[in-house]
Amino acid sequence: MITSNPPFSQDSYGPEAVIMKGVNGVNWQLAEYEKRGGYQALRKILSDEYSPGDVIAEVKKSALRGRGGAGFPTGLKWSFMPKGDGQKYIVCNSDEGEPGTFKDRDLLRYNPHIVIEGMAIAAYAIGASVGYNYIHGEIWEVYERFEEALEEARSAGYLGDKLLGSDFSFDLFAHHGFGAYICGEETALLESIEGKKGQPRFKPPFPASYGLYGCPTTINNTETFAAVPSLILGGGDAYLALGKPNNGGTKIFSVSGDVQNPGNYEVRLGTPFSKLLEMAGGVREGNRLKAVIPGGSSMPVLPANIMMSTDMDYDSIAEAGSMLGSGAVIIMDETRCMVRCLLRLSYFYHEESCGQCTPCREGTGWLYRLVKRIHSGLGEEGDIDKLLSLSDNIGGRTICALGDAAALPVKSFIEHFRPEFEYLVTHKESQIESK
Amino acid sequence: MSQTRMLSAEAYDAIDKEVAKYPPNRKQSAVMAALAIAQNELGWLSESAVEDVASYLEMRAIAVWEVATFYGMYNLKKPGRYKLSICTNLPCALQGANKTVDQLKALLGIDFNETDLDGLLTLKEAECMGACGDAPVVIINDREMRGKIGVEDVEKLLEELKAR
Repeated sequence: MITSNPPFSQDSYGPEAVIMKGVNGVNWQLAEYEKRGGYQALRKILSDEYSPGDVIAEVKKSALRGRGGAGFPTGLKWSFMPKGDGQKYIVCNSDEGEPGTFKDRDLLRYNPHIVIEGMAIAAYAIGASVGYNYIHGEIWEVYERFEEALEEARSAGYLGDKLLGSDFSFDLFAHHGFGAYICGEETALLESIEGKKGQPRFKPPFPASYGLYGCPTTINNTETFAAVPSLILGGGDAYLALGKPNNGGTKIFSVSGDVQNPGNYEVRLGTPFSKLLEMAGGVREGNRLKAVIPGGSSMPVLPANIMMSTDMDYDSIAEAGSMLGSGAVIIMDETRCMVRCLLRLSYFYHEESCGQCTPCREGTGWLYRLVKRIHSGLGEEGDIDKLLSLSDNIGGRTICALGDAAALPVKSFIEHFRPEFEYLVTHKESQIESK
Repeated sequence: MSQTRMLSAEAYDAIDKEVAKYPPNRKQSAVMAALAIAQNELGWLSESAVEDVASYLEMRAIAVWEVATFYGMYNLKKPGRYKLSICTNLPCALQGANKTVDQLKALLGIDFNETDLDGLLTLKEAECMGACGDAPVVIINDREMRGKIGVEDVEKLLEELKAR
């Protein structure tokens, strides 16, 4: 059983939707996916028209960038894989636990075959014969549905031996997580598939040379794979033209927080933030916009005035001082105390630190306790600067990015909303909440 | 194989299906699924359940314990008939999760990580479930997600669970 209430209207994800075009919540099965043009891209590359190199060239042309958080160029990532025989793996990261992000869940439950098709094409491009989709532990029903979709694809010959009569064989399996944010980090995810604690590995070596079971492995986000079929069908140039140079295609944004209609909206990269906000019904109850975290909780927060003049693409958001990340847009209105918002995020990173690196394991707890002290009115002169110095001493000193992810919100919240922190230290109560 | 088998035949079949997803010499990859299957059947992971999984997958018990203690959804203590997990992370908090939590605590008379006197329900504070658009979100016994559980829906939800 899946929550929400499908069917919903076919343009629920927005008029510019490509990945979610025609998706209404109930038409997820194979026959309906095929009716929407599904598996045509896989057929196209297997009918001898494309070499693996051709597929990678097309993806490079499209300027598709990783949709999971880092925004790394997908074609380039695929080209890092060694050529030649030998076991290689393709892995999909559906361990969607970055606060504010809920797009992959919709993809997997409402349009699972587009992910399977994208993975099969990617497997062909990099020469992998086996793939795994690592699905977030909290969404059991979605995992079950994805298993159903895999069965459908196997029965129809889209997975298995000699796909569609070609020489290419590929099978794909789902792996169910069980509640660890850190497994969204790609090497922690690999450890987890191997049946271990999800603790990130030292890099290098990168997964392209030493990945799952020590074999060359490519890991991409769910939405990245989902973008591939339409990219191949329409061509890299057309995909690029949907967005803007260096930021090809459309992107699903998960809009949450103080908006009228929280939800997923798929728009072309480069769409003004103000338009996205409008699609989500605007700020709730006609309140004024105060702040936005534009790319998931690990990315720097930005104040309303900066966001309202920013476009939603990797380069524009970076220029504005944050990152597009996973496309999770968290909206905060004028009634929100920024210290309280930061407090909850700091607790999260403390809770989810895997404990491997001292600066992160100890530092995240220290950050949380300091923010808590300030928020509860016990903050002392110098606490704010201590927070900043702590953040600087965590960032860049850990194996993976969770340390930076804990530090960036602290630094940006203080950078843009320092008076609220100072008011709390001086007056022992929140400037916003005491009103 | 002196280990007592604790699970049903169906559960071992389900574990075998998981093992088959991975290369022949990589049974350990199925440990997360095996523990989840055990938990679903037994309600929690007792010492003997963990040892059973270890022997079934030909792993050392300590390696299974590492997994059982690392991932947040495994129950290392016996919960009530239902484990109700609720996310209170920022997007959910902005969309009213804390009000739902307060109502749950008030009606059950318990705090997080406690079980009510009837043994019906254990309340857990959870981290991001990747479903923020449907906040407030709760998960019943790891597998059943319910979205948009506002203050006004709490009583009905508890009644429903009691009646099951």
